[in-house]
Amino acid sequence: MAGVAVSTTINGDSVEYLCQPDETLLDVLRDRLGLTGVKEGCGTGDCGACSIILDDRLVCSCLVLGAEAEGRRVETVEGMAHGDSLHPLQQKFLEHAALQCGICTPGFLIAAKDLLAKNPDPTEEEIRFGLAGNLCRCTGYDKIVRAVQDAANVMKGA
Amino acid sequence: MNFDPRYSTRNFASVGTRPIRPDGVDKVTGRARYGADFNMAGQLVGRVLRSPHAHATIRKIDTSKAEKLPGVKAVITAADLPDLTDGDAAMYDILDNCMARTKALYDGHAVAAVAAVDVRTARQALKLIEVDYELLPHVTDVDEAMKHSAPLINDAIFTEGLEEKPVKPSNVTKRSQFGHGDVHQGFGHADFIVERSFKTEQTHQGYIEPHACVASVSSDGTADLWVCTQGHFVYRQHCAQLLGMEASKLRVTSSEIGGGFGGKTHVWAEPVALALSRKAGRPVKLVMTRDEVFRASGPTSATSIDVKIGARKDGTITAAEATLRYSCGPYPGSWAEIGAMTAFACYRLENVKTVGYEVLVNRPKTAAYRAPSAPMAAFAVESAVDELAKEIGMDPVDFRIKNAAQEGTRSSYGPVYGPIGIGPTLEAVKNHPHMKAPLGKNQGRGMACGFWFNFGGQTCTDLNIGMDGSVSLAVGTVDVGGSRASLSLVAAEELGIAYEQVKAIVADTSSLGYNDMTDGSRGTFSSSMATISAARNAIKILRERAAQMWDIAVDDVVWEQGHAVAKGEKHGNLGKLSLKEIAAASGTTGGPIAGHSELVADGAGVSFATHICDIEVDPETGATRVLRYTVVQDAGKAVHPTYVEGQYQGGAAQGIGWALNEEYIYGKDGRLQNPGFLDYRIPVCSDLPMIDTQILEIPNPNHPYGVRGVGETSIVPPLAAIANAVSNAAGVRMAHIPMSPPRILAAIEAERAG
Repeated sequence: MAGVAVSTTINGDSVEYLCQPDETLLDVLRDRLGLTGVKEGCGTGDCGACSIILDDRLVCSCLVLGAEAEGRRVETVEGMAHGDSLHPLQQKFLEHAALQCGICTPGFLIAAKDLLAKNPDPTEEEIRFGLAGNLCRCTGYDKIVRAVQDAANVMKGA
Repeated sequence: MNFDPRYSTRNFASVGTRPIRPDGVDKVTGRARYGADFNMAGQLVGRVLRSPHAHATIRKIDTSKAEKLPGVKAVITAADLPDLTDGDAAMYDILDNCMARTKALYDGHAVAAVAAVDVRTARQALKLIEVDYELLPHVTDVDEAMKHSAPLINDAIFTEGLEEKPVKPSNVTKRSQFGHGDVHQGFGHADFIVERSFKTEQTHQGYIEPHACVASVSSDGTADLWVCTQGHFVYRQHCAQLLGMEASKLRVTSSEIGGGFGGKTHVWAEPVALALSRKAGRPVKLVMTRDEVFRASGPTSATSIDVKIGARKDGTITAAEATLRYSCGPYPGSWAEIGAMTAFACYRLENVKTVGYEVLVNRPKTAAYRAPSAPMAAFAVESAVDELAKEIGMDPVDFRIKNAAQEGTRSSYGPVYGPIGIGPTLEAVKNHPHMKAPLGKNQGRGMACGFWFNFGGQTCTDLNIGMDGSVSLAVGTVDVGGSRASLSLVAAEELGIAYEQVKAIVADTSSLGYNDMTDGSRGTFSSSMATISAARNAIKILRERAAQMWDIAVDDVVWEQGHAVAKGEKHGNLGKLSLKEIAAASGTTGGPIAGHSELVADGAGVSFATHICDIEVDPETGATRVLRYTVVQDAGKAVHPTYVEGQYQGGAAQGIGWALNEEYIYGKDGRLQNPGFLDYRIPVCSDLPMIDTQILEIPNPNHPYGVRGVGETSIVPPLAAIANAVSNAAGVRMAHIPMSPPRILAAIEAERAG
């Protein structure tokens, strides 16, 4: 099957790739571009481990075709830190031990970044519902919610 | 090696602090490599064909069309995995579970596999494999499977553990019994008796990372396996045995693991990937889909449990009895046996008897799930205990305190307890503000206790001191939730250096001696013991080197706070030598400095927890909401308290999901109807409140720092605590887990109808 040529922007960089028409953006990111920080937990949009921001919108990259990224902006966990300085969410996830196994962490970080971009001062309930599309099986979410609250406070002060 | 593991009190410098974990930055930046994040040059994609039938004889498999498809490099069936198990029945079952040999035993059972150049070709090839099945009657329910009329799953199985050997085969593979005293007599002395039957449905560990591996077999007979596993040494042994390899020629590297909870303690896809690689002559990557994870990998048992407990008016339990039936999937297991051991472990009982039955069903092979078998037994027992307290008119906490096991109690499963935490957790709960907080309409509070054994086991650790004085700690227990941080703390503590000076890694199977897997809450317990032992061995060498540098007798050198110190007035002018200084000189004082340890970590301290929860029940819909949740658990010594809290919270959340929502739903056709996270719904962030934790520290006398395992006990009390809360809120005793809205509504309506 002939590949589809795609020009897109990923984490601020121009990227071009060929993909199959039925290939998901998740598979493109992981298998063609080596961005394995984007995780696959289900492939059906239920777990949020593959969360990315596509033109300011939080999506599951397993539910987007690689071809659909044409001309758009893609943001993954790999783009969150600047040089060796971590994003406040990344730093707070570490300080609060908001991860145990860590497989859901990239998705949570991206979802939390999107949440705070839209609502810089969320209540606990808004955080809980804002992150309800991301599954974590290790933490019981307690420390994740606290990390996001703390990061929101830091980012407000910045 | 004269390592003394006994506990002695000390003031800790590093242990008990909460530094950032060493693998943290990689995990928040996406750099950490999990099972599916590894690739090799020339790698093929492996896929598995699975039975759509619950029970069927495999008459014939025709792979010829698939083999001819361009891009297909290997197709395998059971014929490519010949039986090399040499009479080892447990290994034969593992082999048969990896690839069905004569019968498909559950929906999802692997029957063939392919390796192709890409996933599209591999999928296409699976469709071209023709399997001729002869359908057989199936049974998926544990009680149904025990009936004489039930379809037999394996006609070579005769129930073990009966007084007389049975003449007919059965789906009941084993009967086991525990206890002491005379329950018949004990019930005779009871003023109140509660007797009730309970059921729990099958759940999955629900790790977010599907099973994944990359296998590469070379023509010289050596092989590499990259895999997400809780125990790469065990995987190596199993894979080597099943494929007829020497273990030393198979190097297994454990990737970062995206959750296991017991579910990554068994091989499934790995021998298949190795067999595909061997046949294709190229590396093969095999990643399960979520559907495959649910249909084919390790769910817990479904259970059916009868409990009878009697007590005097003053609240003294006079007798306790339980019959526990646990499903094992289509292969024998010891799940009911574990349930029967744990059921009454929290209590001091004169007369106790538990009987377990292992039951075959046409469902996936049961695997361990966090304190396997204990949550269901605790659900039944702690529900009955609550009911009995109510009948007597006693506070449920006071009733439990009155009957709680203590040091010197003979446990219901045999051993006599040392210092234990059940009493202290109950006292802490009694005094916890949560117990006094007001409740609103349709709200109920429940509490329950839980027990888990904890394991120790074989452990091997290396501690290497670099010439710059930094320390590499190589452990063989997979880090499932922060153990590299806790073990670095332990190494720093013992050596008297800063946490940041230590870097812990999980070594591959060719770099370190054998380690049992990370299960039974043993990771930090056993590897910290080995780390302490390795550090003490290194300190011995450090002292020798310092003695050499000073030219004094080694007996005159002691190790204090990261320094060699010459003792005695005659050496008063010698000052101190830091670990760094001794390491820097090592090239001229005898070479590299290292400490090694290999040991069997005996004496894992048993663990107890008591949980409290508040639930609101909507009487119109049966929907529930968890309002507040508190975990109190004994950690022995919390090495990294934040990660201990994390274990408490995570176990509680899994228990909440199990209690309220999660269940395997099978159709009449024996097929799993909800193999995905949409229909098998684990708790999400908006389902839960904050989970409060209280860490108690009752030192384990068999560990130098008093450490007990902490990983599993937290999933034991929630089913019962929540059932007690829902029962109190709804005014009707809930005896079937999960307490999904339809079940709660049906119970409320039945109660109303009288």
